[in-house]
Amino acid sequence: MTVEVELISGRTLDQGATVEEKLTDEYFKAVSYCELSEEDFKALGLSEGDRVKVKTEFGEVVVFAVLNKDLDRGMAFIPMGPYANMVIDPNTDGTGMPQFKGVKATVEKTDEKVLNVKELVEVI
Amino acid sequence: MAEELVNVICTFCGSVCDDVLFDVENYKGKKFCKLGSGKFSPKERIKSPMIDGKEVSYEEAIEKAAEILVNAKRPLLYGWASTVNEAIRLGVILTEKVGGIYDQCASVCHAPGTLALIEEGVPGGSLGEIKNRADMVVFWGSNPLEAHPRHPMRYSVRAKGLLIKDRKDRKVVVVDVRKTKSANMADLFIKIKPGYDYPIISALRAIIKGEESAVPSEVGGVKKELLKELADMMVNAKYGAVLYGLGVTQSRGRDRNIENAIKLIQLLNRKTRWIIWPMRGHYNVVGAGEVPAWEAGYTYAIDFSRGYPRFSPGEFSANEVLQRKDCDAALIIASDPVAHFPRASVAHLKKIPVIQIDPFPNMTTLVSNVVIPSAVAGIEAEGTAYRMDGIPFRVKKVVETEYWSDEQILEKMLEKVDQLMG
Ligand code: SF4
Repeated sequence: MTVEVELISGRTLDQGATVEEKLTDEYFKAVSYCELSEEDFKALGLSEGDRVKVKTEFGEVVVFAVLNKDLDRGMAFIPMGPYANMVIDPNTDGTGMPQFKGVKATVEKTDEKVLNVKELVEVI
Repeated sequence: MAEELVNVICTFCGSVCDDVLFDVENYKGKKFCKLGSGKFSPKERIKSPMIDGKEVSYEEAIEKAAEILVNAKRPLLYGWASTVNEAIRLGVILTEKVGGIYDQCASVCHAPGTLALIEEGVPGGSLGEIKNRADMVVFWGSNPLEAHPRHPMRYSVRAKGLLIKDRKDRKVVVVDVRKTKSANMADLFIKIKPGYDYPIISALRAIIKGEESAVPSEVGGVKKELLKELADMMVNAKYGAVLYGLGVTQSRGRDRNIENAIKLIQLLNRKTRWIIWPMRGHYNVVGAGEVPAWEAGYTYAIDFSRGYPRFSPGEFSANEVLQRKDCDAALIIASDPVAHFPRASVAHLKKIPVIQIDPFPNMTTLVSNVVIPSAVAGIEAEGTAYRMDGIPFRVKKVVETEYWSDEQILEKMLEKVDQLMG
């Protein structure tokens, strides 16, 4: 089972508060998850702590699934940072700015492990 | 130990709060938000300069870095948003000397807004004006409670100003694709479909121009009635401010969204007074654009490889250059592109020699050949930084350190480059 979503990345308070400590567990926790709406969370049969694989035409990444009741169905949010950047659209359309928000993605439940930030740099 | 509280300036986000206190003995901040507290708390540091993981002296690391830059055909010198103007100035000179490319964090942040102002100009104002006068504030694609937590209290929502005495005197609107924390503080929250900023702004322009019949019953997930209500509120405000964030610049449309928003503000200014301003992220990302603008005429994506500055974001911005594999070395300072660039850009960064100057180990450290630790500006080093509204502040040094400041490191590097180039 997969769901289709529009993926956005963005700041969160925890991401900002740990951004100067990227090699710590706190930063890893702050950026390695994907928020999904209640409907999509249920459709994928997820519970807190489960992992999902997020895929776009630009890459894929495994992150923890988090329920966000304020999200609309068909939307997903990953905090800005290395996990989001595995899948966002790198094209800048001549502006220099990759498209960090509004990328079509699919999400599915997975048993694969969430790589830590060091492992992530290695697989790029 | 006894507390020694000193007044400092927070060097985390673009709000550059100048009312915060720092307990030097216990290394703890007071009055800071969660982000500022993170900044002003002790954390792991890069212990020593390193070449290929081996600890060396500052002099050796700087010499190696100078060699890499001089031997490169077209090095990329990127970052600059979390350091002071004095260091940035040296960075621009260094880039020119080595015939490299200067680019800075705004390139993946608010640079599309710069492109819009090249086209349209900017009807802007200061945070002080917003605090004192704004009876309506629209946060568009920005989430201050998570990105600039004290901004609402100090300037834009609950701030007590000269004409605006309290929260009741001010209408606050949040426009976003999701219900953020900031949406909860708004009088009106307008949820839009991702990527629909442009048509919504166009619809508001049409309504304000009196051409409401051209607007369909729904635009970008927003009912026409609600758009009319927003347009009405905007026209009736005495002094309004649109404070936009990355929700607008990083989505479909990018610079065109801002261009359209500026046109909306121009239109409103025929009837009342409105300003528009970006919510800048790093404390001195404005300086990272202003300083090269005084030195070379452009704010980002500047190529010096022909001996004079050329500006072209489609060619010379860091992401374009990296994805085209068009640089053969990189100096990264005061930023962490390995964590913040798309994988296609990081892939090239992993293949070329990288020099990093930063106080803290981060993801770029993991791929760097030369690592040069620096003092933290605003705590261990002083200098000038621009707040998000372009007002310069002198940030202080309140803690002694063995680490060299960015300015010292770059000065020495320039000297070495000069020697090597003869
Ligand atoms: S709002 Fe920004 S500048 Fe002010 S204390 Fe928080 S992080 Fe620092």
